Parts: sequence; C-alpha cells; structure tokens
Amino acid sequence: MARPCAVVGIGQTKYKRQLPVTIDGLVREAALKALDDAELTFADVDAVVIGKAPDALEGVIMPELSLAHALGAVGKPIHRVHTAGSVGASTAISAAVLVESGRYDTVLTVTYEKQSEGNATWALSGGRSGGQGAGGTFAPWIREYIRRSNAPEHIGWTVAVKDRLNALKNPNAHLHLEDISIEKVKESPMLWDPLHFLESCPSSDGAAAMVLTSEDKVGRSPNPPAWVLGHAKRTEFSSFPGRDTIRIQAGLDCAEALYKKVGITNPRKQIDAAELYVPFSWYEPMWLEGHLIAEEGAGWKMTDEGATALDGDFPVNCSGGVLSSNPIGASGMIRCLEAANQVRGTAGDYQVDGAKVALGHAYGGAAQYFAMWIVSSELQPEFN
Amino acid sequence: MAFSPGENDIAIVGVAQTDAHARFEGPEVVLIMECVNRLLSDAKIERDDVGFTIAGSCDYLSGMPFAFVSNVDGMGAWPPVYESHVEMDGAWALFEAWLRLQMGDIDVAMVVGSGKSSPCNAREVFHLQADPYVVAPLGIDPDAMAGIQAQALVNAGKASEADIADVVVRSRANASSNPHAQLTDAVSADELLAAPYDMAPLRAHDVSAKADGAAAMLIARRDRALELTDSPVWITGLDHRIESHHAGLRDLTDSPSTRLAATGAGAFDGDVDVAELHVLHAHEEIILRDALGLDDVAKVNPSGGPLAGDPVMATGLTRIIEVAKRIAGGDATRGIAHATSGAALQQNLVCVLEGGS
Repeated sequence: MARPCAVVGIGQTKYKRQLPVTIDGLVREAALKALDDAELTFADVDAVVIGKAPDALEGVIMPELSLAHALGAVGKPIHRVHTAGSVGASTAISAAVLVESGRYDTVLTVTYEKQSEGNATWALSGGRSGGQGAGGTFAPWIREYIRRSNAPEHIGWTVAVKDRLNALKNPNAHLHLEDISIEKVKESPMLWDPLHFLESCPSSDGAAAMVLTSEDKVGRSPNPPAWVLGHAKRTEFSSFPGRDTIRIQAGLDCAEALYKKVGITNPRKQIDAAELYVPFSWYEPMWLEGHLIAEEGAGWKMTDEGATALDGDFPVNCSGGVLSSNPIGASGMIRCLEAANQVRGTAGDYQVDGAKVALGHAYGGAAQYFAMWIVSSELQPEFN
Repeated sequence: MAFSPGENDIAIVGVAQTDAHARFEGPEVVLIMECVNRLLSDAKIERDDVGFTIAGSCDYLSGMPFAFVSNVDGMGAWPPVYESHVEMDGAWALFEAWLRLQMGDIDVAMVVGSGKSSPCNAREVFHLQADPYVVAPLGIDPDAMAGIQAQALVNAGKASEADIADVVVRSRANASSNPHAQLTDAVSADELLAAPYDMAPLRAHDVSAKADGAAAMLIARRDRALELTDSPVWITGLDHRIESHHAGLRDLTDSPSTRLAATGAGAFDGDVDVAELHVLHAHEEIILRDALGLDDVAKVNPSGGPLAGDPVMATGLTRIIEVAKRIAGGDATRGIAHATSGAALQQNLVCVLEGGS
C-alpha cells in the first residue's frame, strides 16, 4: 500500500537566457541546490526521474543518457517522463510514485528547458515553420471563455500585472518588470487577440529539482518537509466534435480525483495557496473554474476582486508563475515545488502567511494533459 | 517450485504486438490502435476497467515534436483517462506502471510501446543521443559506437568475428517460427563472414533490423489478475541502471549496469529457462550473456530477437512479451527479459518473470 512521501529539498536555477551554461551545468546546479537543501548528497539518492518538454527544443534525443553523469545517476535507475507542457508536474508525480510504491527511499527529480538553444515556437507548432504556436491554439478558446462568462477585458491585464508584481519578490523569476502596469500591458503589441505581448509567458532557460523521500527518512533533512497528500493526472483527446475546450472534462476529472484523494471538499477555503500553470493571462480565471475552485462563470470575479493576489483569500502564483518564467519542461515542476515552498514556509518575500495546504498544477498538449498535486506542512491536516 | 504471489504482486494478464514492419504505410497511431484493440478484446476487458495507461515512444523518430500526443488517439482517451508517457522504450513505461500498481488503489494498468522508424535514418536521429557540445558534433552514432565496442571485445579475446556471426545465424534460425519477425531467412556463418565490413568488425547483418511496430501489455494486481486469466505471468523483479555516456569512462567489453539491474531484479535468485535480450548489434548478446550469467541451459532470444525485427521503442517491451508468452504457454517457468537504451548498452533494464498461481 502507498506510503507517505515528502519533499525535503528544493533547488532552482535563475530563469533567464543562460547561453554560457551547458545543459549539464544547468541541471546539475538545480540538483545540487535541492540536495544541499535536503542536506543530502548524490550518494543518498536511490533513483533519478527527469522530465522536459520535447527533445526537439534543444535537439538532444533522450537527454537522460547524456545527463546521467551530471545528475549522479551512474549505477542507478534514471527514468524520463514526457507529457508535453504538463511534464514538470507529471515528473514530480512519477518521482513520488517511486517513493510511495515502497521501492525507493529517496528520489531526485529534475526538470529543465534550455529554450535559447532551440526555437520553441517552431517545436510547439509540431516542427512546422509558420505554425501558430501555443498562443495561436489557445486564443480562440480564450475568446470563447470571455464570451461565455461575460468577463471584462481588463481581467487578462490584471492577471499579467499581479503575476509580474509577485515576480519582483522572487529572485529566480525571469521577468523583473519594475514598471509593470495595466496601461503597459494594454498598450503592448497584440499577439493573438485578445492576448497582448505582456499577457504571454517568456522563453526561459532553467532547471528545477526536488528531493523526495519516504516518511522514515524525512528526519535526515533539517528543513521542514512538504508532505505529498495526493496527486492526479488525466488526459483526453486533442480534438473531437463537441470537445469543450473551455471547461475541459479531463481538468475537471483531475481536480475531482485529487480533492477526493486528499479529502478536500471546499478547495477555495481549504487550499491556502495555488500555483497554477498560467502561460497566458486568461488561463487564471479559466483554471479557477476548470479545476472546481470557482463556480462556472465566476473565476474572473475572483481575479477582479483581488482574491488571487498575494494578500487575497486564494493566492495564485505568488512566485510570479509561468507568466514570469517559462523554461517549458520545468514550468510544471516549478508550480509543484513553489507549492511546497509555501507549505514549508520557505517562499521568502512571496510567502503566504501561515500557508498549510497548497496546490501545484500543470497542463499540456492542446490543454488535454493535466497533472496536479497537493502538499501540506502536515501529514494529516484537518480540513473544516 | 511455482511462484506463490502475494497481494501486492503484479502479473501480466494480456499481451499484443504488431508485426515488425520494414515499412508500415500508415501512421504510428494505427499500429497502436491495432495493438490496443486486440489486447483489450483478447483479455475481455473494457477500456473503463484500465486504471492507468502509460506509453513509451520517441518523437524524433517521427520527426515531429509532441508526436506522442497523437498516439493517445490509438490508446483511447474518452472519457478522460489516467495516463502518462515516457520518452523511452515501452519497457520503462512498464517499470512505472508496475510500481504504480504496487500503491494498491488501482488494479489494472495498460502499457504501450510504439515506434515508426522507417521515415527517418535512425543513425542520423540516434546520434543526437550524444552530448550536444562535445560528442554529437563529431557524428558518432550508436552503430559507430557499437563497432568500437565490438572491436574492444575482439581485442580483449572475449569474442571472435565467428562468435558474432553465430549470434546472427541463431537469431535468424529462431525467427523462422516467429510470425511477427521481419528477417526469417536461414543464413550460414560462412556467408555472413564473407560480407564486407560496415563498422568493423561489425557487418550490416550484425545490426538490428529496424522496423515500425507497437506492443502492448495489460498488468494487474494479484486478485484481479487471477480473475482475468488462468495463466498469469508474475513480474517478480524489475530494475534498471545506467552508465556514463562517456565511452572512455567505461569498460566497453562488460555491462556492469546489466549485472546491477539483474541483481536488483533478483535474476540470479533462481534458474532461468528462457531469456529475451535487447540485442541491437550481434556482439552485444555475448556481453549480455556474460553479465546475466546465462549458461547453455537457457534459451536465448527464441523469438529471433531484435536482429530479426526491431520495432524501435517497442523492442524492449516486446522482449518482456516474448518471455511472458513462453511462460503463459507452459514452455518455461522462469525467464528474464532485457531492454536497453543509449549507445553501447549504456542503460539496461532487467525483468524477471515467473509462472504460477
């Protein structure tokens, strides 16, 4: 039967263009930081789980092979996950499974992307030049969300400003836009109507890592653990007649399965902080509804009322989110580890006071892959 | 003595594979659909009964990033499914599924491996496995690395060119009874040794027959497995290990990662009647036999192995299927299957399978 597992170490690189650093150097930096945080070394690691978005982004096929040495994996198992944009969170979940299954006591999990060594929009367009990229896929769905929910157009700008202001408190964030404002977002070039340039994520290089360990080994690491209370993944087809791309069934099912596993009955009240995968501003209200946090049609009201701000009642993306840093393959894991940071009390200037339960989330493909986890400062928190 | 499963033991309850097509005139998703439909119908199980699905494939073979996304169409994902994907051979997808079932909350998992290598030049694609700064620019691909490894083996006196040819002779002969194999014509060692070198001392026939194909498997926890089949094949051990990609840091004439994985999987804890090895270059069988301690009793690659048909990304999972078929059919009681990834046997997985209920 599944045994408890906790995050005991977290490591991140700075997210930015990092041409002077090799991919090996990037992943090793994050891995060593996570091990340092856990006060462990590579010798304490039983298995390594690595994830990234498609190999075409850097032109290195099956990178676990050439990175095994840099990650101290020689002589050990190394497992490579790829589930499109959700991969970072899926990788965290696969790593947790390795511990929860009882097979491995301590697992190092690392995700990365080095977008400056490739052409992300080309790769995200299925390797076709002139492709529409991710924004081109999502913009029509966002317009449909706006039509259905009657959301005012400033909602997208509000999310963009909020996340960029949060990013100013996060030293690892790629974008530190000191002068960000609603006016700046609104006046930035229109990329895919209704998404302006400043409502879109950047292209970042970077790596993120975590050390996960079993209950009986948690005490080896001095910093507070983040207990993995539960996780869920769901997938549906990219497209079929009648597919609801606004209120996506796989997303709803994923959230429902997760809350049921953890014992959450009122996510808005019982979750203290959420890191949602929001690469384009409008996905904040869409996911608040699409993951059963807000009623259908009411997600944008949470944004509008400031509920999702750092000092709101349901803070979202206190780290600055994907809108402020997007090393694609790592972005989902960053959501999971920032959730862990919140419940460990190690989120620094963007800490939510007293956060006890936090949600990490990622999605990918044509908004068809979902991966989520909930972490807590307590192994068995009381929900009321 | 027959294996006696505990509550948390996991068995293979159904398998399916396509032919190893030299060139399949259709998309990869059709190969998967063919395989999955047959798997579910043979096992008399509905899609809804599968608690977790995981696939292994490689985008680069199709020349399209996110190619695996389309593969979901062949596996089925409506209503939404609990699904995952590894960018590895399907054998590694099985590794994750096997551990996932041990958590106890779901009973049945489906594992798929698929690849369509015919649209590309596999050597050009797989040379991108090397590190991108130092080795890849030199253009050293896995076949070239295999030639270096085979030469090291010959130089060390651990094998002769005739020994390497014998591996091919036996593989082709064994493949004659495998309906899914690609190369089934009988060959003699003399005619093989007369062929010109490709990557000396390897010749073209020493390299696996790249193919398009898919393989799929259903695994279940003990109680569900016993409901689903009269001939469960228990996965009693599964482990995998990697070595450095720096060839200069390795003894290429040995495979310590295979030995470690075999130890971790418990392969040495009993007799082995049958072994299916992921042999992509003929000399590798000699290295693997040594690392796995396979004596003359064990049947090695009775299916013909990858030298007779290599559905890239499904080949490792197919090795496990081939052993499972022999155990389920009563031809063997305990067997091992091996899968590999990377150049010159860099990463190796060993799976131990046993019959019994």
